[in-house]
Amino acid sequence: MEDTITLDFGSGGKKTSALIEELILPLLSNEALDELDDGAVLAGNEKLVFSTDSFVVDPYFFPGGDIGKLAVCGTVNDLAVSGGEPKYLSLGLILEEGFPRKDLERILSSVARTAKEAGVMVVTGDTKVVERGKGDGIYINTSGIGFLRAPWLSRKAIREGDAVLISGTIGCHGTAVMLARNENLVEGNVLSDCGPVHRLAGKLLELGEDLHFMRDPTRGGAATTLCEFVEGTDLSIELDEKSLPLDPAAAGACEILGLDPLYSASEGRLLCVLAKERAGEALALLKSLPEGEGAALIGRVTRRSPGKVIIRTAFGGARIAARLAGAQLPRIC
Amino acid sequence: MPSELELCRAHPQEYIKKIAALDLPEVNLMEVCGTHTMAIAKAGLRAMLPPNVHLLSGPGCPVCVTPAEVIDEILKLAGRPDVVIATYGDMIRVPGSRRGWNLGKMKASGSRVEVVYSPVDALDLAAKNPEKKIVFLGVGFETTAPGTAASVLLAEERGVSNYYVFSMLKTVEPALRTLIADPEFNVQGFLCPGHVAVITGEKGFSFLPEEYGIPAVISGFEPEDILLSVYKLLLQIHEKRPRLENTYTRAVAPEGNPLAESFMDKVLARESDLWRGLGEIPESALMLRPAFSRHDAKLAFGVSYKASEGTGICRCGDVIQGRLSPAACPLFGKACTPEDPYGPCMVSSEGTCAAAYKYQEV
Repeated sequence: MEDTITLDFGSGGKKTSALIEELILPLLSNEALDELDDGAVLAGNEKLVFSTDSFVVDPYFFPGGDIGKLAVCGTVNDLAVSGGEPKYLSLGLILEEGFPRKDLERILSSVARTAKEAGVMVVTGDTKVVERGKGDGIYINTSGIGFLRAPWLSRKAIREGDAVLISGTIGCHGTAVMLARNENLVEGNVLSDCGPVHRLAGKLLELGEDLHFMRDPTRGGAATTLCEFVEGTDLSIELDEKSLPLDPAAAGACEILGLDPLYSASEGRLLCVLAKERAGEALALLKSLPEGEGAALIGRVTRRSPGKVIIRTAFGGARIAARLAGAQLPRIC
Repeated sequence: MPSELELCRAHPQEYIKKIAALDLPEVNLMEVCGTHTMAIAKAGLRAMLPPNVHLLSGPGCPVCVTPAEVIDEILKLAGRPDVVIATYGDMIRVPGSRRGWNLGKMKASGSRVEVVYSPVDALDLAAKNPEKKIVFLGVGFETTAPGTAASVLLAEERGVSNYYVFSMLKTVEPALRTLIADPEFNVQGFLCPGHVAVITGEKGFSFLPEEYGIPAVISGFEPEDILLSVYKLLLQIHEKRPRLENTYTRAVAPEGNPLAESFMDKVLARESDLWRGLGEIPESALMLRPAFSRHDAKLAFGVSYKASEGTGICRCGDVIQGRLSPAACPLFGKACTPEDPYGPCMVSSEGTCAAAYKYQEV
C-alpha cells in the first residue's frame, strides 16, 4: 500500500481491499471480522447480525433522498441482505460548526421516517461538532443490529445453474448524486433509488434454502458486487446485457458523464442468487412489492470462465466485467 | 425500406457473415478515437469478427498521447500554493515520469485539484476564487478544442483574469501522417472518429484515400455504426477501391461545423508539440494565440519541456501507435493495473489498455 490515502482507497474497489487486508485485518483480525461480510454474525442465544456504515455523501440533499435516509438504508440493507431482520440502529452525527438547523431538522426527520419504514429503532447515538472548515457540513455513522433469520445464506451456497436476479433498475443512486453535484450539468430526471430493501429480502426468505445469497450493489455497482460473488471460486456469472433493467434517464446521463451504469451505485436494490427452478417464483415475490416492480432475471451462474463475470452484450458479443478499479464516483454514500 | 444501419443493428450476425465471405487475407484496421476503443471493447466486437480481421487502436486517446514530460510540468504547477488545477477526471491518475506521482496523489498531499466537466466549470471556479490562479488542463482533439477556445473568449468577456489554459490540444491529421510515414506502418484501413469529423467535416479525412490510397470510413459510436463501418472498409479493400465513406451522416456534415472551427481559429494557432511515442510533430498542436497570451498557463508560469531520453519500461508509446496490443505488453494486468499504472493507456477512461482491462475478452 502507498504511504498516503488517496480517494481511490474509499471507492470500494481494489484499493479498499488492499487497505482492509494490509492495514486493518493484521491489527484487528478476529473470527467475525475475518469473514469480511457486509454484516457480522455474532454468537449468542439469539443469533445477531451486526453492521456499520459511514455516510459522507456530497451534496447531502440529492434528488430522491438525503444523507439521513441514506444512513438508515445503508445499514438496514446490509443487515437485510445478510439474512437479518433489522432491529436496532445507532446514529452518530459529526456536524461542522455553522451547519443550518433547518437542514439538520430535515435530515433527522428523514432518519425518523426511514427508520419507521424499515421497522428499526434508533436506540443510541452521539453528536460531535468540529470547527468550521474541518468537516463538510455533516457526516453520519450508523451501526445496526438484526436478528439472524437465514443462517444458510452464503457465498459458498452459490451453485452452477443458479439464477441471478436484481430487484430494480441499476445505478440510479450514483448517477443522481453525480448530476446533483455539478450545477453546470443539465438537470436530469434521475432520482436516487435510495430506499430500504428489508421487505424484498424478507419476501425472498420464503424460498427457504433455495435462496443462496443476497447483496446490495452499492459502491462499485452491480458489476463489482457480482464479481465478489464468484471471485476465487470455480464459478462464473453470465449476465445478459439486454435483460439489465436500465433507467433511460440514468443510462443517458451515464453516457454523457462517461460512466457505466453497471459500475454506478444503487442504494435501494438487491441482487440475489437462487436455485433456477424458483426463479419465476422469486421474480413474482419481488414484483409483489412496489419497490420490486422493476425486478428482472439478469443472468445465471455457469463455469464458463471461473471467478469472472461475463456480459453477453446486446450486440451479440461477450466480454468480462472486471471489478471497479479506483473511484468511479467519490462520495456518493 | 430499412437503412443499412438499421439492418446492421437488427442482424449483426448477417454482417459478420458478409465480412467472413469477403475471404480477405490478414487485415489490420485502425481506429483513432478513444470512444471507438471503448465502444468496440464494451460491445465485445473483436471476438465476433473473423480471426483475420484485426482492430487496432491508434493515437486516439488525447490523454494517452500527452507525454510524461508534460505531465511532469503539470504536477509541478499543481505543487504551487497559488494554483488550482481544474481538469477532466481522466487526468487525475495519469502518472508522470516519477512513478506513483499523479494529480490524485498531489491532491492527497495538499494541492488543490478540482474535477470539472467542461472548461466553463473551470471558468466559474476562477470567478469564485479570485485570489487563486485556476489552470484548466485543455486536453483533447478537435472535439474539445472549440469549447476550450470559447472559454477563453468568455473569460475575456467576463473579465476573469485568473483563468489560464494549459493547452495540450491536438489535431488528428498530422499524427496520422506521422504514423503512415513510419516504415513499419501496417494498417490497411482507418475507422475515422465521428466526433472529430463533426467539427472538421468529411474533408478532414479525405487525405487518407486521396494522398495515401488508404480506405477510410467516418463512423459513429454505436456497435452497429462500427460494425457497418468495418464492413465498408473491408469491402473497399476487397474491391481495391480506396475512398472516404461516411456512415455517420446523422451527425457529420461534409463541411463540418464552421462556427466551431471559427472559434478555434480565433483563439488557437497550430504549433509543434510533443506526442507520446510519436515525438515532436510540427503543426500538430493547438496553442493559444498571442492575443490571448494572458490566459496561457505555459507563458504565465514559464512552463517549458523537451523530449527526454527514454521512457523507461512503459510501452504506452508503442500501444498508442498500434504496434503493441495491451495483452502483449509485459506489464499489462500484472505490474500495470488501473490502481497502479505505469502509463496513461491504463488509466485514461479512453485508454486502449483501460478498455482491454475493463472489458476483457472472454
